[in-house]
Amino acid sequence: MSFFLINSSIGRKLVMSISGMFLILFLTFHMCMNLVAIISPEGYNTVCEFLGANWYALVGTAILAGGFIIHILFGLLLSIENRRARGNDRYAVTARPKTVEWASQNMLALGIVILALLGLHLYHFWAKMQFVELQAMAGVEVDSNLLANATNGYGLIEQTFSSPVVVALYLVMLCALWFHISHGFWSSLQSMGLSNSVWLKRIQVISMVYATLLVAGFAVVVIFFFVKSIL
Amino acid sequence: MAKSINITLNIWRQKDAKTKGHFETYALKDISTNASFLEMLDILNEQLVKEHKEPIAFDHDCREGICGMCSLYINGHPHGWETEITTCQLHMRKFKDGDVITIEPWRSRAFPVIRDLMVDRSAYDKIMQAGGFVSVNTGGVPDANAIAIPKPIADEAMDSASCIGCGACAAACKNGSAMLFVSAKVSQLALLPQGKAEAAARAKNMVAKMDELGFGNCTNTGACAAECPKGVSLTNIARLNREFLCAKLKD
Ligand code: HEM
Ligand code: SF4
Ligand code: FES
Repeated sequence: MSFFLINSSIGRKLVMSISGMFLILFLTFHMCMNLVAIISPEGYNTVCEFLGANWYALVGTAILAGGFIIHILFGLLLSIENRRARGNDRYAVTARPKTVEWASQNMLALGIVILALLGLHLYHFWAKMQFVELQAMAGVEVDSNLLANATNGYGLIEQTFSSPVVVALYLVMLCALWFHISHGFWSSLQSMGLSNSVWLKRIQVISMVYATLLVAGFAVVVIFFFVKSIL
Repeated sequence: MAKSINITLNIWRQKDAKTKGHFETYALKDISTNASFLEMLDILNEQLVKEHKEPIAFDHDCREGICGMCSLYINGHPHGWETEITTCQLHMRKFKDGDVITIEPWRSRAFPVIRDLMVDRSAYDKIMQAGGFVSVNTGGVPDANAIAIPKPIADEAMDSASCIGCGACAAACKNGSAMLFVSAKVSQLALLPQGKAEAAARAKNMVAKMDELGFGNCTNTGACAAECPKGVSLTNIARLNREFLCAKLKD
């Protein structure tokens, strides 16, 4: 029974859709926590402490990383198979029908953009927070300055988003994320079979609205701290 | 009314499945806008025969949009850019004088080219043989009102059954996926009481055959439904996913 998740096309799509939905759920929590930084610096640092190098936060991080890895591996596998299924000779002329979203045909490219900038994001925050705490716990020599700043997420945000280049890169990532999710959200429901003639239009609209709210929530924080830094 | 136009055609020529294909350019003069697209190709072929050249092989049969044989990829669209028509229902009045028209065969790993614009679509037949039928013994013919089916469901099954198996869905799909075809064929039976008995086995067997034949995985781009000459809806694909996943989870 369990093999169908790997052996059948629809099974592989189920893995893709569940992992994608899981990532969207994570991003929703992440976005809400970021908004706290605008409202209250102390509140934000309390959240950071809570999600530092504690066992539950570490388990959460491991599950999250697992979700990403599964999503990326299956995404690559599906994309390779799909390219093969197209055959050896490519069409000389192609056209995209009006009803076909651009994002839906470029999920892999969008995913790779997200992944590259996700690396930058982990370097900016995770490597300076949870990772530093972990190193300290494991008995590795760490700079005392770094360790002191590891729970000061608020300071790190202020510092990171004072650079226009970093801000621009984050906005590119958010754009890619918007395209990926504006298609991914409804696609995922469709892959699970949760759609019919009434709901198809509805989930497509919900997908757009949800992607827009999610990405706007992230973008507001980035822009807020950039503006704050130049004022 | 009758007008005539001059056009240039870029047509894919390929000797057989193994030989490498290439494009060849043909200029056609004085084509009546009353001609159908396939008649235009007939005129070109007559011209080629007169010049002792090999005519262009292309599939066609009914020429009235019901058999699903005609299969040309015209200027980037299967069956041309007009919605809900087959190639045989496309007319030269849709073209302008001086147009350049590129004609390619369906390109999909599971639909190998036989010659020129003709491809082998027996993959769809094989999927049908894997389960696209009802094998229960239905006995004598029951009265028409013995099995009541609500009108909306009967309509939906009829819409799914309008698929003519032309292959445009897999040809249009960036992933070479046959999901629209398979889902239409699963739906037309799964929606009706006579087809429900074997619904689970049908979904599993047809999907297994589809995967085996080398069709791609659906990423819900929707190009299939946009190009389908019969307007078969994407909701069929959701139904197939549901049927398949429920069947597998029950195992
Ligand atoms: C936070 C980040 C991400 C989120 C929220 C996300 C979400 C989603 C969702 C919901 C889908 C639709 C699944 C379906 O159609 O059933 C999807 C598809 C896809 N994702 Fe992601 N994704 C993310 C990151 C990535 C990354 C890093 C890659 C990397 C390479 C990637 C590659 C793909 C591909 C190739 C598809 C299309 C696969 C298919 O539909 O068959 N995604 N994503
Ligand atoms: S679903 Fe539409 S495009 Fe696909 S084979 Fe049937 S009629 Fe042709
Ligand atoms: S020739 Fe029969 S559908 Fe076009």
